[in-house]
Amino acid sequence: MSSTKPFGDILSTIKRESIVTLLRKGERIDGRGLHEYRKIEIETNVISKAEGSALVKIGDTKVIAGVKTEIGKPFPDTPDMGVQIVNAELIPIASPFFEPGPPGEDDIELSRVIDRGLRSSEAIKLNELAPIPGEKVWIIYIDIYPLDHYGNLVDASGLAAVSALLTTKIKNWKVEDGDVVLLDEEKPLPIGEVPVFVTVGKIGDTLIVDPSYEEELILDAKITLAVTSNGKISGIQKSGLGGFTPEEIKNAVSLAINVADQVRKKLPT
Amino acid sequence: MRSNNVVLINEEGLRVDGRRPNEMRPFKIIAGYLSNADGSAYIELGRNKIVAAVYGPREVHPKYLALPHRATVRCRYSMAPFSVEERKSPGRSRREIELSKVIREALEPAIFVEEYPRTVIDIFIQVLEADGGTRTASITAASVALADAGIPMRDLVAAIAVGKAGDTLLLDLNGIEDQYGDGDMPIAIMPRYNLVTLFQADGIFAPEEIEEALKMAREAIYKLYEGQKEALKRKYLKIREEVLSSE
Amino acid sequence: MPVYVRDRDIVVPGEPLASQPFKGEGAVYVDKRKIYAKALSVVEIDSESKVIRAIPLKKKYLPAKGDKVIGKIVDVGVTHWTVDINSPYPAILQATEVLPRPTDAARMDLSKILKPGDIVVAKVIVFDLTRDPLLTIKERGLGKITKGTLVQIDPAKIPRLIGKKGSMANMIRKALGVDLIVGKNGRVIIISDDREKEALAILIIRKIEREAHVSGLTDRIKKFLESYGIEVENNAQ
Repeated sequence: MSSTKPFGDILSTIKRESIVTLLRKGERIDGRGLHEYRKIEIETNVISKAEGSALVKIGDTKVIAGVKTEIGKPFPDTPDMGVQIVNAELIPIASPFFEPGPPGEDDIELSRVIDRGLRSSEAIKLNELAPIPGEKVWIIYIDIYPLDHYGNLVDASGLAAVSALLTTKIKNWKVEDGDVVLLDEEKPLPIGEVPVFVTVGKIGDTLIVDPSYEEELILDAKITLAVTSNGKISGIQKSGLGGFTPEEIKNAVSLAINVADQVRKKLPT
Repeated sequence: MRSNNVVLINEEGLRVDGRRPNEMRPFKIIAGYLSNADGSAYIELGRNKIVAAVYGPREVHPKYLALPHRATVRCRYSMAPFSVEERKSPGRSRREIELSKVIREALEPAIFVEEYPRTVIDIFIQVLEADGGTRTASITAASVALADAGIPMRDLVAAIAVGKAGDTLLLDLNGIEDQYGDGDMPIAIMPRYNLVTLFQADGIFAPEEIEEALKMAREAIYKLYEGQKEALKRKYLKIREEVLSSE
Repeated sequence: MPVYVRDRDIVVPGEPLASQPFKGEGAVYVDKRKIYAKALSVVEIDSESKVIRAIPLKKKYLPAKGDKVIGKIVDVGVTHWTVDINSPYPAILQATEVLPRPTDAARMDLSKILKPGDIVVAKVIVFDLTRDPLLTIKERGLGKITKGTLVQIDPAKIPRLIGKKGSMANMIRKALGVDLIVGKNGRVIIISDDREKEALAILIIRKIEREAHVSGLTDRIKKFLESYGIEVENNAQ
């Protein structure tokens, strides 16, 4: 059952007032522009046991993603493609409002939004990861764990997933006697078009990019767009309550495309 | 690539079921379909068959879930194992969990939740047969069920999914188009407010395509909205007719 | 024309009803000086006083101070009973609102006075949305019901069943010679020794529930009674 959240953080009315008042003047409480991201820092290869990994900071929000790979069975309807599995978990260390337990709707939504954004743009060239079609293909696991929630976990998770994938090394292989033999040499994971996730929030009539924790608490509505390098959209998720007029969606889309470049520059090459 | 050898649009520009790209499937909505529920609706859209039931506002159990100043809205979207080609195992799937969330978020903004604090409004959606666009058809049915239950609302909510095959946008995706097409964009709108409360997409869309898809969806949604209104009024108008004609 | 619908139209949530100078009443809300329906309702237009009223076709009972309600005991505590009043809000009947004298309620076994399943006619003494409603049965005409038949209809239809200044309910009482206790919470108790008259009363109540939104109800009920050979006096208030 999906339920209205029974408990969560509530922003003080005086804080809410200051945010809203400043926004009317085109300003934000942390001094950013309406369409500006907080400072983005990306560190890759932070986990030696993982085939790929990245720790991303957007402002004080911290998310770590790890990529693990193994050989396994393909999905029956895509026998000649590797398998991509995205799993995100909102673990309790990241926020006093995250509870331990099996994945809830927020964990699942985050996983599926990142998964769809990656899949639609074909970030991982899954068709190059099927050594023995129908039997043995590469399974690419992307596990995403926020460590510190200061707003906009989606964009940070997306960046972490993408940065980890860009620096993932898999073992090269050869097919011998109907079996896959892994070699010692490594090669980069075959990567296609990589999306950048941009989340746009609406407060009153103002659209802001990269909402901070406090801004997120008072958003009227929120939408995440996965933007490709050629200005197309490979994923959309309006998340949370509220809504957008079609005009606002149009504006959010162009805003996201403009801003995505800012973020893309930070990606590991 | 998602489109294999399935031809989604033939040389005459017709889709697999003979529709043109901007044509909706026929639909039927029945309000007050069930007796136990406070409100209910049944929808058929193409081969989709979905029942929505609303219970509430009612007492919340467990009590700690009650919100002091408003009603809690709960939503459960569920697909019957026999609703799809390959039997779906009965447990909760991750897809059902996500869809329950986005469906609730599409409907909740329309409800005057402050009028019934410390209560719960339960929305149950059961997909009996699925053929593309179940979450949007569910929203359309659930909105009728909520109104049928007498729940105070700002507006109804209606929804449709737009897809693509190559560069052509397809209104109201069916199952095959969803599976083999190049994109799926479910959209829900509160018609009077022109407010989009559900908006998702997978596949690749250019900004102009998003704008065009929204336009196509709005037109279809207005048609569905007329169907919702007619369904809600039907029972009462029928009684009036019966009564007045027997005099 | 500041009115967008006709008298007796059925309207859905969000449908525009009227704009200034009209005022809205009932299940309506105002947005930018236009009046919209808030729930599935039937519209009443009073062109003289420029009022447009939306009467919901279905409504959960929201307790109000002073309401007479018919409740069912569902739980017994140490100092109170919990009463189902057909509302999203369960009601509390404290022992002090039942017992004639303030007694040491904790030493009494309350279930000996009222037990789960018992039906009571009670009055709401307090309700605000922050806590559950409180009832009393200490006034005249209130108390446990020991015989009769309980009928439940949609609370939205109760005003029609009562009628202007009680005219509909009184008409039924007089014509059938039954005792009728109407609770604001959609529950009605029919007390009669005549099984046929009781059955007729139930039929009439259901007919009112079904046809409340069609004008001419009072005449139809009169005709209905007459078709069963029952004379209906022309009602004095």
